Amino acid sequence: MLLPFFQWCESTTIGTAIRMSPWAFAVIESVHLLGLAVIGGAVLLVDLRMLGFGLTNQRIAELARAVFPWLVGSLVVMLLTGVGLFLSEPLKCYDSRAFWVKMISLGLAMLFTFSVRRTVTMADETRVRPIWFKLVALVSLALWFGVGGGGRWIGFSN
Amino acid sequence: MSLLGLCQWLAETRGSVALHESIYMYPLVESVHVLTLCVFVGMSVLLDLRLIGAVLPQVRASEMAARLLPWMKSGFAVMIITGVLLFYAIPVRSFHNIFFRAKMIALVLAGLNAWIFQVGIRRRTAEWDLQPSPPRAARLAGIASLALWAVIIVAGRMIAYNWFDCDKQPQSDFINRAAGCVIETPVE
Repeated sequence: MLLPFFQWCESTTIGTAIRMSPWAFAVIESVHLLGLAVIGGAVLLVDLRMLGFGLTNQRIAELARAVFPWLVGSLVVMLLTGVGLFLSEPLKCYDSRAFWVKMISLGLAMLFTFSVRRTVTMADETRVRPIWFKLVALVSLALWFGVGGGGRWIGFSN
Repeated sequence: MSLLGLCQWLAETRGSVALHESIYMYPLVESVHVLTLCVFVGMSVLLDLRLIGAVLPQVRASEMAARLLPWMKSGFAVMIITGVLLFYAIPVRSFHNIFFRAKMIALVLAGLNAWIFQVGIRRRTAEWDLQPSPPRAARLAGIASLALWAVIIVAGRMIAYNWFDCDKQPQSDFINRAAGCVIETPVE
């Protein structure tokens, strides 16, 4: 059902241009990795804090608010460069289990981050049972790990 | 023994061959290397941004450093161990790879920058700890660190590409010299 869409992606001008260029993929992927470092820091700082590590003298909401622009900014960079990488090899992605693991994790991770996680991190800390913070942090870490691990594995699968 | 000789010897060892030829071990080591970026560079970026005054200005810089350093140190240890293993799997090619060389130089510079910060700027932390925008020296250290880690990440990614490998000739003199390629000139 989705195959025609992937085939169309393969034929797009931008996908072809990236595929034909000897260095475009490498450059876009490098920016994708720079984004990874930033989003990693932004996610980890708050998730670790919810688990009771790192900046424990600060309130969770304070940290979440401070890194939010960095989280969204790096996510935008990741998505833009990710689309570029995808367009250069959609059919390879279609056949890659790692790609689908990554996409499903990504959908769930974004949904979770901007709904449940955002609500919980911004809530009045005294009114939330600590177990909920820990649970939210673990789910967040697991989902983003699925995105990162799946993404790295796309390059290894054929 | 020369550095190249050492790399050639390493490449012949059983561990290197096994890692190089493994189906799962090498990708696994590389995945750990890449994903640990999030822990080590992710935390470094936050600390650097604090030094610049771009994030959490209300938190003491010293407190931020003290709380994040254990995570950065563990992340760095994992990066070094997996990085050494990746080099061990492909020593000779890495030795002649200009991106690998650039990465190593940038790593030394990043270490130097961290050391200068440690002995020069951090010692006087008490004087500027709560300033939302730290003194120029600290800001410069933060900017230098961000730039160097960006170079390290990009150069690290580029090691995978063989654009400038020694067996891809002709290359410019500069590239051949930078990569330490031994070019056999035909005898006239």
